[in-house]
Amino acid sequence: MLKMEHVAVNIGDRIVLRDVNLHIKPGEVHVLFGPNGSGKSTLLGAIMGFNRYKITAGKIWFKGQDITDMPVDARSRLGIGIMIQRPPTVRGVSLRQLAAICARGDISVNIEELAKAVNMDAFLDRSANEGFSGGEIKRSELLQLMAQNPDFVMLDEPESGVDLENIALVGEAANRILERKNLSTAQQRRERIKAGLIITHTGHILDYVPADIGHVLYGGTISCNGNPQEMLDCISKYGYQHCIRCSTEGGGSQ
Amino acid sequence: MTEKNKKTSEERAKAAVDKKAVYGADIDLASYKDEVAEHEQVKNLTDFSAPQQTTMKAIGLDLAGQGRAGTYVQTDHSVTSCSVSSSGVEVMGIDAALACHDWLKDYMWTAVNPDADKYTARVVLHYEHGYFIRALPGAKVDYPVQACLYIGENDVVQDVHNVIIVEEGAELHVITGCAVDPNVKRGVHIGVSEFFVKKGGKLTFSMIHNWGEEVVVRPRTGVIVEEGGLYMSNYICLKKVHDIQMYPATRLVGEGAVARMNTILVAPPGAKLDVGGKVLLEAPGTKAEIIARTLSTGGTIVNRGLLGGYKAGVKGHLECHGLILGEQGVIYAIPELDAQVGDAELSHEAAVGKIAPEEIEYLMGRGLTEEEAAATIVRGFLNIKIEGLPESLSNEIERTLGEFDIHASY
Repeated sequence: MLKMEHVAVNIGDRIVLRDVNLHIKPGEVHVLFGPNGSGKSTLLGAIMGFNRYKITAGKIWFKGQDITDMPVDARSRLGIGIMIQRPPTVRGVSLRQLAAICARGDISVNIEELAKAVNMDAFLDRSANEGFSGGEIKRSELLQLMAQNPDFVMLDEPESGVDLENIALVGEAANRILERKNLSTAQQRRERIKAGLIITHTGHILDYVPADIGHVLYGGTISCNGNPQEMLDCISKYGYQHCIRCSTEGGGSQ
Repeated sequence: MTEKNKKTSEERAKAAVDKKAVYGADIDLASYKDEVAEHEQVKNLTDFSAPQQTTMKAIGLDLAGQGRAGTYVQTDHSVTSCSVSSSGVEVMGIDAALACHDWLKDYMWTAVNPDADKYTARVVLHYEHGYFIRALPGAKVDYPVQACLYIGENDVVQDVHNVIIVEEGAELHVITGCAVDPNVKRGVHIGVSEFFVKKGGKLTFSMIHNWGEEVVVRPRTGVIVEEGGLYMSNYICLKKVHDIQMYPATRLVGEGAVARMNTILVAPPGAKLDVGGKVLLEAPGTKAEIIARTLSTGGTIVNRGLLGGYKAGVKGHLECHGLILGEQGVIYAIPELDAQVGDAELSHEAAVGKIAPEEIEYLMGRGLTEEEAAATIVRGFLNIKIEGLPESLSNEIERTLGEFDIHASY
């Protein structure tokens, strides 16, 4: 689904990422750990193609196409969706309109129903993101992603700012987008296409969204790959530096 | 107004014939014509020429008068159509109204100063008609009254004096559209408008300007709202006009009176729009909200706003947001707050700039192309909820916004 080869990313003149290699296969959900400022959001932004993030080396492939220089909208139409942390307010453009934009004329998308599912039906006719709380922003982004129905979903800290009451709701919506639900048999799991890349600090989202592979972004590059739950345990017990050491010394599950 | 007072207003006007306006370019009125042939009154709006009909439709007029309580059309200096189809409302030319209502002269020049500048002075001395619209006491006028001030000939100065009176407890919506004949390149419109909203009355006044490329417009509007009254003004100017300067003033003189003003302005290259709104909160517990969205695609916009808080417990909010597309546009926002009592709660919010690149990318991330994203943002920006606007007009606004050449303009 997504392949990054030796990718380096600058913000302005500052090198933020270097030699990033990542391969996410259809049906896989990957988790990205890393300390504040390690470049996790930059990585997601670079995959989406946001202008701020300049790819200075390497290639990004999506569904077999080289998307390294592709505009954001073309990537979106190709099936990449993103939940960003601090989306801008688009004054006068309602959440309903935005969800309809995401649905791209697909009449099977029932915006009312999706909005109810994330408890955002009361917000549909408000300007997108205007005065939304942290949790409302997450649920608004999830609503848009549900309407968009992308094959590859990037979630930037979906649980941050969400109160305990709503975290299950966020988890369920993420599962729905990733089609992680109602796939009990091995065969169905094998046939699963939807893939994802999730940034998490706390790991709370992993209680709801089963992830397949974890990575730690440290020192501007992906420093280890492994079992997400084990990595999370290691990070929370010993910190990032120790975790990288343990995995680079052969600690991870892969 | 007594004979003596009338004389006074004439005398005051005579002394002000050369008085320059405080704002806006000084217009040489001598370079336009005062005299123009009279036009025949028509029976139906569909008797107007085809281009005039098209123009009138574009500014929200219903030609069959469907869903309208009354109609007033003035072409140059002639009243060309005037009718009423609902009870509880009067629609007349101002001269006809003065002839049948003795008391009307007492209202004239009480909301606008006759010697404010050379434009008001000119209207005192030789106005040519204007509309009179009145909602009778307690009447809830079911449909909007439509009025159209139309310039049909080149180089004409059209001077009008309009009066709207909403009597106690009455409700009225007036839609006025101003436009020029497609052949008219150059002209001046000077419109004095005095509106009176009596105790508990409600006036919604929507004005759509659709002037020609070389037309100069100098409206002079004063509104007086009594106790518990509501005045809602919607002003929309999306098409090219050479030069507009107006700064309508609303006085809230009765306890609990409310004023709301929405303004949408678009200035293409070559347009000069100096448009504002002031609300003076002169009675306890009065409230006002002034909201403006201005968009320059190359023209110059001066957006003024003033809230004056003069009595306890008044509240007001002023908002001017401007968006500049392209490299040429100028937007100068001047919000002013004047609180003269401790208990006044006045606020303002002003922001002028280009479309934020983050907003463009956000929408591109949802699948819109760069141009579509920009167009969506611009439309959203200008989308302020306007109550009671007829559908034809909303569609026309939507269509005009759709015409913008967004490409490479942000």
